[in-house]
Amino acid sequence: MIVVLRNPDREVRLAGRHRVKELLQELKVIPETVLVIRGKELLTSDQVVGEDDVIEVRPVISGGVR
Amino acid sequence: MKCRKCGESAVIELRRHNTAYCADDFVAFFRHYTVETIRKWKMFEKEEPILVAVSGGKDSLALWDVLTLEGYRTTGLYLDLGIDEYSKGSRAKCEAFASERGAKLEVIPVIEEVGASIPEVQIATRRPTCSACGLSKRYLTNQAALARGFAVVATGHNLDDEAATLFGSVLRWQEEALSRQSPVLPASSPKLARRVKPLFRLTELETAAYSFLRGIDYIVEECPFSKGATSLHYKEVLNRLEAHAPGTKHAFLLGYLDRIRPAFKRGQEVTLRECIRCGQATTSELCAFCRLVDEVSHKSHTISGPVSAGA
Repeated sequence: MIVVLRNPDREVRLAGRHRVKELLQELKVIPETVLVIRGKELLTSDQVVGEDDVIEVRPVISGGVR
Repeated sequence: MKCRKCGESAVIELRRHNTAYCADDFVAFFRHYTVETIRKWKMFEKEEPILVAVSGGKDSLALWDVLTLEGYRTTGLYLDLGIDEYSKGSRAKCEAFASERGAKLEVIPVIEEVGASIPEVQIATRRPTCSACGLSKRYLTNQAALARGFAVVATGHNLDDEAATLFGSVLRWQEEALSRQSPVLPASSPKLARRVKPLFRLTELETAAYSFLRGIDYIVEECPFSKGATSLHYKEVLNRLEAHAPGTKHAFLLGYLDRIRPAFKRGQEVTLRECIRCGQATTSELCAFCRLVDEVSHKSHTISGPVSAGA
């Protein structure tokens, strides 16, 4: 599977099927800080992503002055 | 995971509420929660014209979207900070959002008001970029509201923003900042518009999910000057705590607002006067914005002549 990470944009390739929760643990990402997106759907932590999926892990945290 | 409301597949889990929602029920929850916040905290009435400060990011566009859907009378205000490609991209997002909904958007270039873009202000004054940017945003938003007859300015500050600000103020015991922190800052002078934060009880994850599910094309890239910002460290700490104990951020912020802030507020009443140059409300003779403009003008001329674009 291809995992697209943002800020800065980059890609990570992972083999096999993963539960979203385990995927985020592997990437050392706090679940509360990202949306996990497959195509046009949001994924919850219990969903399984497969070998052929392209997954975007989009950060939701904004910094600086608001 | 199933939606707790309808039993369909869930798209988001809200651990702090011990629930999960499908797309439609989450959007309905988000809209209801925002409207409830506006009503409970007496932010504004349905017929009041609202100036919505938009940045092109997920929070402010989500706010503008909800207010529009709920029938509020809104106008968007975008401040063009002059941060190269980032400002061009975020401005385009705001313009596209407004155009798709037939909403009114006002654009103010900061360079015309301050005499320099935000990156140039940083070079000229050596102030931290976020400090000069925040000062300019607050001043220009207020000025725009007064000039256009808006009594209320709404911003997209969310629960994470407010909890991180509170966390920083507590760590350094900044009494003045603590007394000011509120989702509603009343118009304490005829020169100040009321400032309200209708999303302050919704997390950043929730505003991002709402924007995504509503198909809002927001700017995902971060402001280049926010890299390493202290607020990001505070947010990370709070999110680690939240991951272990869902509801921590909410309890921290709402507990402060309900139980602690009244005591700070009583001890920190200030007297406002009018700036001798621009007439806006200030605690000193010359307001902080006019001092910033003087600093930019003076330093850019004495160091290297007028600041040029792209410096």
